[in-house]
Amino acid sequence: MRVFEKNPLEKGLAERLREHGVSRRGFLKFCAATASMMALPPAMIPAIAAALERARRPSVIWLSFQECTGCTESLTRSHAPTVEDLILDLISLDYHHTLQAAAGEAAEAAREQAMRDNHGQYLLIVDGSLPGPDANPGYSTIAGVSNYSMLMEAVEGAAAVIAVGTCAAFGGLPAAAPNPTGAVSVMDLVKDKPVVNVSGCPPVPMVITGVLAHFLTFGRLPELDEYHRPLAFFGQSIHDRCYRRPFYDKGLFAETFDDAGARAGWCLYRLGCKGPSTYNACATMRWNAGTSWPIEAGHPCLGCAEPRFWDAGGFYVPLSVPTGPASDYLLAAGAVGAVAGAVVATKARGRAKEEAAVRQPVTVEELEQKL
Amino acid sequence: MSDPMDFLLLTKGPLFNLAVTVFALGMAARILEILVNGRRPNYSEARGGQWLPGLRTVLTRSVADPGTFKRAPFNVVVGWLWHLGFIVTLLFFIPHIALIKSLLGLSWPGLPNPVVDLVTAVTLVALVATLVHRRTHRVKRRISTPEDYLVWTLVFLLVLSGYLAYNRIINPYPLALGLHILCAEVFLIVLPFTKLTHIFTVFIARWYNGASFGRRGVES
Amino acid sequence: MSATMSGLPSIPVQVETPAGGGACHGNALAILHEVRHALERLISTGEATRIDLHALPFGAGDEAWLTALLGTGEVRATIEALGPTSVQETAIPGVWLVDYHNAEGQRLALHLEITCIPGILRTQCRELDTAVATLDTRLGAATPGGSRPLS
Repeated sequence: MRVFEKNPLEKGLAERLREHGVSRRGFLKFCAATASMMALPPAMIPAIAAALERARRPSVIWLSFQECTGCTESLTRSHAPTVEDLILDLISLDYHHTLQAAAGEAAEAAREQAMRDNHGQYLLIVDGSLPGPDANPGYSTIAGVSNYSMLMEAVEGAAAVIAVGTCAAFGGLPAAAPNPTGAVSVMDLVKDKPVVNVSGCPPVPMVITGVLAHFLTFGRLPELDEYHRPLAFFGQSIHDRCYRRPFYDKGLFAETFDDAGARAGWCLYRLGCKGPSTYNACATMRWNAGTSWPIEAGHPCLGCAEPRFWDAGGFYVPLSVPTGPASDYLLAAGAVGAVAGAVVATKARGRAKEEAAVRQPVTVEELEQKL
Repeated sequence: MSDPMDFLLLTKGPLFNLAVTVFALGMAARILEILVNGRRPNYSEARGGQWLPGLRTVLTRSVADPGTFKRAPFNVVVGWLWHLGFIVTLLFFIPHIALIKSLLGLSWPGLPNPVVDLVTAVTLVALVATLVHRRTHRVKRRISTPEDYLVWTLVFLLVLSGYLAYNRIINPYPLALGLHILCAEVFLIVLPFTKLTHIFTVFIARWYNGASFGRRGVES
Repeated sequence: MSATMSGLPSIPVQVETPAGGGACHGNALAILHEVRHALERLISTGEATRIDLHALPFGAGDEAWLTALLGTGEVRATIEALGPTSVQETAIPGVWLVDYHNAEGQRLALHLEITCIPGILRTQCRELDTAVATLDTRLGAATPGGSRPLS
């Protein structure tokens, strides 16, 4: 695998590609694909080409903590330009314990070597959340080292940290209530280095490579939203980019997964679609080499790119429905209120009756005598 | 971590439970109090029935007679306009129907979103007009209390936040939706203790009036 | 295995194909207006425009609807560089479809170019520096008067 090959770092990308027999047209095509991958408008292609001419090959260290490897599975399905041929060839992936051939002490030695050689320069990618400094470190260790120590050590010499996946970005499923391992996100721990969150469970493969491509191309991190997510991919909601949006606007909704509306491809809001509150690129970049995406396949968006999606109520419950048992509260409080109102009113009536019973009629003559 | 999604989940969870509890407790207590207390005993001889005149007044007081219309056309037209707009938006917007279904188990067909959107816009304009009228009309200005302005503000913020959320004018959306839900919760909590109670008591009061007219044998 | 043997007909799955061929969700309509504006720009200022069709919220059928509407023009070209790229002029002069694929046949990008000729079709000026040298090599290797030219 060429992934771990050491290449001379001084040559620009265009030159390296030309040496590999890639023509200028091939390079321009690569730039067009890269623009598409970075979700930049095609008008940016000349700028991308100019930047890529000078691009250097950064060292990348990938740490996996409390995760399911879904993010790595997603990354390896990135299709454009094919991950094996281009992206990983353009970065030097020096440590990734799932993808690398080396194991055990050799693997850890490769990581330490890369950290020493590229101190202050390397990109640190993290997938998975990790037990926080106050949690029991034994919940997750690699080679006997706690996730927390490994992260903090690696962050120290990193140029930037990219948190891949909702676990690394926001805590994710390991942090779901009651959060038994005390899982926290990378952003919770890393305060003195730039952190980019590429959320999603898993993230769209093209978004992972797109962020890498952006760093590779321009030598800096992309513009971020308030959750530190790249605006190019997370700037617009699923709902705003959904091809089913016209049905939402017309008020045409699928009510079940197999009614006429569902078959006609109507809006999935009533089936619990979290598209309106979810910001991700699924609607345009799609999955499986651009084949389709959940809503196109007829399934509502789960909102997996948003913080707390794991604890935000049922996946199949509409967004406008409260997460708690509000109808129980309504019923119980209504009953208590009714009883209280009835008791107060009955007491008042009772008092009125009592007073009526002891009422002493007064005549006009008696009143006049008193005055 | 305090962020828009946390805020949304707070408003959709604990705060909503709180609001619904205060609302149900207050409103049920007040309505039961009204119904159990009933009216003062009337010892005079009844000159007519109560039920039909009561119902008739519920209707006649809702539709302004020509005299009232001539004297205060603005009140009648704009009042009707925004009340209707509010009810249509509340009861026929699909996400609201989904919410009501989850609470009460009742459901009915909704209106297309652009229709609700238009109605909401008209309601907002009408609400602003009522405030301007209240501030510029000499008599209305004198009889307006702080509570009137509080109620107007709550209604306006509720409709406005919904309009902003639907049209995605505030970003990110979880913040916009959370703000709208928060407005609704304040509205629900305040409802039983202000003149907003009329949402539930208006027809009871009109029926009592009509029933009293009927008993006295005057036109209801 | 035949369908009867696999028991497929007994599975009550209903696939509906909307009447009139591809399902168009109407999302392609806005693109056509964008193309119109781009054409006006091309005519008045000569400025070319590229639209990335993969960055648009198309539903199934929207893309087919768009390409069918744009139609097929006189030019069709294929470029072999990092996999095939097909360039197709549409029935609207100045509107080109450029479809980039990688060597595995997966689509990398699909662009609409509103221009007189897509840039990728032109000879790349950067490569002209090798042109004379390449020709010279071939001239040197050619046998004078030989009947079989180098391929």
